[in-house]
Amino acid sequence: MGDPTMTVDQKNDQENDPLLAIRGLSVSYPGRPGPVLAVRGLDLDIHSGEIVALVGESGSGKSTTAHAVIGLLPPGGRIDAGSIQFGAHDLARLSHRELRVIRGAGIGLVPQDPAVSLNPVQRIGDQVAEVLRIHRLAGRGEAAAAAVDLLERAGLPEPRTRARQYPHELSGGMRQRALIAIAIAAKPRLIIADEPTSALDVTVQRLILDHLDQLTAELGTAVLLVTHDLGVAADRAQRIAVMSRGRIVETGPTARILDDPRDPYTRSLLRAAPSLSATRDLRPVVSARPAAALTKTVPSADSDAGKNGAQHGSRDGGQEAAALTPAAPAGTNGARPLVVADNLVKDFPLPRTAGGARTLRAVDEVSFTISPGETLALVGESGSGKSTTARLVLRLADPTGGRILFDGDDVTRAGGGRLRALRRRAQLIYQNPYASLDPRFTIDEVITEPLRVFHVGDRASRAARARDLLDRVALPASVLERRPAELSGGQRQRVAIARALALAPELVVCDEPVSALDVSVQAQVLELLGELQSDTGVAYLFISHDLSVVRQIAHRVAVMRSGRVVETGTTTELFAHPEHEYTRTLLDAIPGTAYAHHATPAPAPGPA
Amino acid sequence: MWRYVLRRLAQAVGVLWAAYTVTFLVLDFLPGDPVSAMAGAGMDSQGIDPAQIEKLRHQYGFDQPVLVQYFHYLTKALRGDFGTSVSTNRSVSSVLLDALPPTLALTGLGLTIGVLTGGLLAFAATYTNHRWLRQGLLSLPSLGVSVPGFWIGLMLVQLFSFRIRLFPAFGNDGLRGLILPAVTMAVLPGAMVAQILARSLLTALAEPYTQTAQAKGAGRLRVHLRHALRNALLPTLTIIGVLTGQLMANAVVIETVFSRNGLGRITAAAVNVQDIPVVQGVVVFGTFVFVTVNLVIDLVYPLLDPRIAVGSARRGPARPRGTPSDPTLGGGLATSTVVGSTAGSSR
Repeated sequence: MGDPTMTVDQKNDQENDPLLAIRGLSVSYPGRPGPVLAVRGLDLDIHSGEIVALVGESGSGKSTTAHAVIGLLPPGGRIDAGSIQFGAHDLARLSHRELRVIRGAGIGLVPQDPAVSLNPVQRIGDQVAEVLRIHRLAGRGEAAAAAVDLLERAGLPEPRTRARQYPHELSGGMRQRALIAIAIAAKPRLIIADEPTSALDVTVQRLILDHLDQLTAELGTAVLLVTHDLGVAADRAQRIAVMSRGRIVETGPTARILDDPRDPYTRSLLRAAPSLSATRDLRPVVSARPAAALTKTVPSADSDAGKNGAQHGSRDGGQEAAALTPAAPAGTNGARPLVVADNLVKDFPLPRTAGGARTLRAVDEVSFTISPGETLALVGESGSGKSTTARLVLRLADPTGGRILFDGDDVTRAGGGRLRALRRRAQLIYQNPYASLDPRFTIDEVITEPLRVFHVGDRASRAARARDLLDRVALPASVLERRPAELSGGQRQRVAIARALALAPELVVCDEPVSALDVSVQAQVLELLGELQSDTGVAYLFISHDLSVVRQIAHRVAVMRSGRVVETGTTTELFAHPEHEYTRTLLDAIPGTAYAHHATPAPAPGPA
Repeated sequence: MWRYVLRRLAQAVGVLWAAYTVTFLVLDFLPGDPVSAMAGAGMDSQGIDPAQIEKLRHQYGFDQPVLVQYFHYLTKALRGDFGTSVSTNRSVSSVLLDALPPTLALTGLGLTIGVLTGGLLAFAATYTNHRWLRQGLLSLPSLGVSVPGFWIGLMLVQLFSFRIRLFPAFGNDGLRGLILPAVTMAVLPGAMVAQILARSLLTALAEPYTQTAQAKGAGRLRVHLRHALRNALLPTLTIIGVLTGQLMANAVVIETVFSRNGLGRITAAAVNVQDIPVVQGVVVFGTFVFVTVNLVIDLVYPLLDPRIAVGSARRGPARPRGTPSDPTLGGGLATSTVVGSTAGSSR
């Protein structure tokens, strides 16, 4: 798919006749002072059988562009200018009735979130067959049979059974396959895939995209792939168009964009993309040695040296980190590990069913240690038990079995005052900064709440502490009086970090702290977490599904699957020599690796 | 499935008992005395012979402590015997059975008209593309909810009985006599169904699966009927269940306004003369209807939404918002509306 020569051939064939030609497209939404321009004068061509990726951060206008093409702009959205030539039609000027003929039959859509994009009260088979019925491509019985075939083509096992099931009985990956079956049903010439896999686990993501690639190649369907993930674009697309603030800032063949980005925005996006940057230029944001070891012996000056060392040679850093395996914790004043999880088990009761299991073992004999100032990453797919493990460590859930030691103190059954003491020393940063801050609190109240709860200081000293914390997370003090709704996602997550650090905890559990953020913001937040660690010596338990993010932040990694830890190791070791098969699958599934393997070693000659 | 139905039936019995008890206590606390009211037959009870009253009190057991009276009546009620009406001397069950048909006709027709017009209104309001038409249609339900039923009844009588003499103003005169009261009855359920269904339809139309349907090339009507409507039906069904309790209370007002015979009239009269056995019979019957209707509705949910399994409905995460998950709560609500409205009308 990433083969540039194929692009050349296709270009020669269809140079004069693009399948989709967007010219000067402008789209606006009604806004408070005046209309908000979401897309400004956009030009884009897609040729038959070509995969073009439209890449950009949230708010760049990429989804609006995709929806304008299929005539499904959200309420209020309006095409102000430009044309969308698809075959003989200008989609921007068609009536609703005329557009309906093209939707489904001429242009298919693979939507963003498979969890909510299927009608929950209709059988899967009926939903696939509906496309054929609408466009009168088949009778009732024929359509039902065709739906089963389509589900099979989309890669659903036991398609006959699936056709009779309802969406809630299928996993996210299977639902996305059903949606792909809907999109390809009427053999459209163009498929718009709007972030088709960003809601799925990486391994599932890879299978789905592989399958979509294969299907569209067989059918000769062109794909407009809308994605925020440059890695996905790099692996899948022949051409990439980079969008920012409603405009395409750069467009070109995939290899050219990645190897020779000309626009400064593309360059910054490339730098921020964790999967691509990690494979090209390893630049961990944490010091290779746990910060506590450094700050306790020689303060700050040395921690900079540690960071430099990591930047100069990762091999060196790797060896240092390797020396810090849990068996031989850092030789700092004979310090004991901050956290010891010993054979943790957590069972959840299941609803009673005939012959079914009574309980679900979410966490199964999980053991690990975290040294002071160290970052341990728990990596796994959804349902692997990583978040439950984190909740056990924080004592937000009670373990069914096993022990938790915090700073040598057994807190497994601690309650009352001892539990309160633990709450003070161990804090949590949630995944979604939009939901984890009370919308009615000012930022000042958000940050000082932990201080008020624990009666730390007086009003003046708490205010001073809030300003200090904001400064640390690089937010201006003027933010104090605002409310969460007035801040961007990245700013909110900074506030959440400031709140977590308010009590100067020794452990912060970060539950997917950057997965809701745009890549460039992601990079900034990760960098901030790294800096704070080297300044304060806090230890992180970092939960993530994203190995490329983990690579930048963690000293050690524990890979979880079905409630068990299948492999533990230092980050360098684990990425270089994964031992467990599942770890290798996860590593291979990181978007951008296909590109890195095929393209980087021998840069393809740019097509003339 | 059967376990679930049995459990729900057990709950229904509990609700019925609670309804009976609450009514008994409320009526006991009301000022006035049933025997003097009965003996006086609406006149000043000063002139009646006190010995006579004492005799009657003893005959009906009113001279015994409240608790004794309560258990006496409760054990009889358990055997299906709600006693005899204090004012008419007929058995409560025959009084209720006689009054039931006209009230059933009234509430049944009223509910049907209400649900149909409310459903159509909601559909039209969410289907139309004209903004002002949609806003206009969507503002009708709040009007219907806020205007009192008796006022609408009086207006209808003014217009259709006195001005154009199309329908009779009062009485139990066949279908023609039923139209005006039924329309009056339909206003509240119609308005509530329209409001809830319109809101659910708008929610469903904003869901991503609607977009998927549109992307298939489906037209507006198909999107509306095949995709949005079925997803929007559950909250509407729930509100219909709650409304059955409200209908009983409305029957009191409407039957009085239109001078119709029926359960509502009997209730109002019984409360006025503190005919406790009749009032209790009405309350227990109303509660029974309410609990039954809501049990049926809960059993229908899984047919409409495959995500809801019978039996797990109480805890199911997929249960639609705005659905009362506890039948006891709903039953209690109906009881309080019936008791509240009857007690209110006795003043």
